[in-house]
Amino acid sequence: MCDCAECEQLLQPYLDRVLTEAEVLEAEEHLDHCSYCRRAYRFEEELRMYVRRAASEPMPLELKQKLAQLRISL
Amino acid sequence: MSETTPETDARRIAREARDRVRFEEEALELADQVYRVARHMVKTREEAEDLVQETYARAFRSWQQFRPGTNLRAWLLRILTNLNIDRGRKLQRTPDSQSLEAGDYYLFERLEDAGGEITEEERVDERLSQDSIVEALSAVPHDFRDVIVLVDIGDFSYAEAAQILDIPVGTVMSRLHRGRRILKKQLAEEAVG
Repeated sequence: MCDCAECEQLLQPYLDRVLTEAEVLEAEEHLDHCSYCRRAYRFEEELRMYVRRAASEPMPLELKQKLAQLRISL
Repeated sequence: MSETTPETDARRIAREARDRVRFEEEALELADQVYRVARHMVKTREEAEDLVQETYARAFRSWQQFRPGTNLRAWLLRILTNLNIDRGRKLQRTPDSQSLEAGDYYLFERLEDAGGEITEEERVDERLSQDSIVEALSAVPHDFRDVIVLVDIGDFSYAEAAQILDIPVGTVMSRLHRGRRILKKQLAEEAVG
């Protein structure tokens, strides 16, 4: 049984899936009973996906063409 | 001394040409992913474009150093990272421990304090703008940012990131952990002030 402070400690490794089975169970048992940590975990999970999405800038088309011109084989 | 006949030489040259074409095509297919990482390793879009072009120029010249069957994406990023270091990017001061005292719930807590409870259904983009993410990321010192960009944006494994940056896997993990905390602190400052 862990408390919120411990659950906070387990947040990152939990999302990175590097916890031991026992630690996962410990975290999940707390999450089942604590809506605060559940909301914080979900927020963090969403944040990671959002960072990836927000920071993914498509490559400019001109750059793609410039790179193709750098080819030696053609 | 080579004892090959002109015919086998011709065959070798043809094979090399085919391999080279295939290498170049495979490298170009990865350009979007390489750019996505490069974009956040340097400050501006122009710098990122230059860096990607230099990377591809070098990769195309030294394509024979690539071992087929290994990870081409990681190989390209390794070139890019080295070029970026060669460009003499400025050393940044490692953030002092005080700025890292914030825990993993820090951003969550600050956003709730400022704007009420974040429900399990709420989307993060209702509280944080895309621009604030990009801004906050660029404010993270580059040692930490490089790892975040490779793992969280570029989808590289810890082992690949370690290989690309030429640092131990343990350092990747610790920088990632601290880097994400720094990023969240920056985001809290951007969003809540």
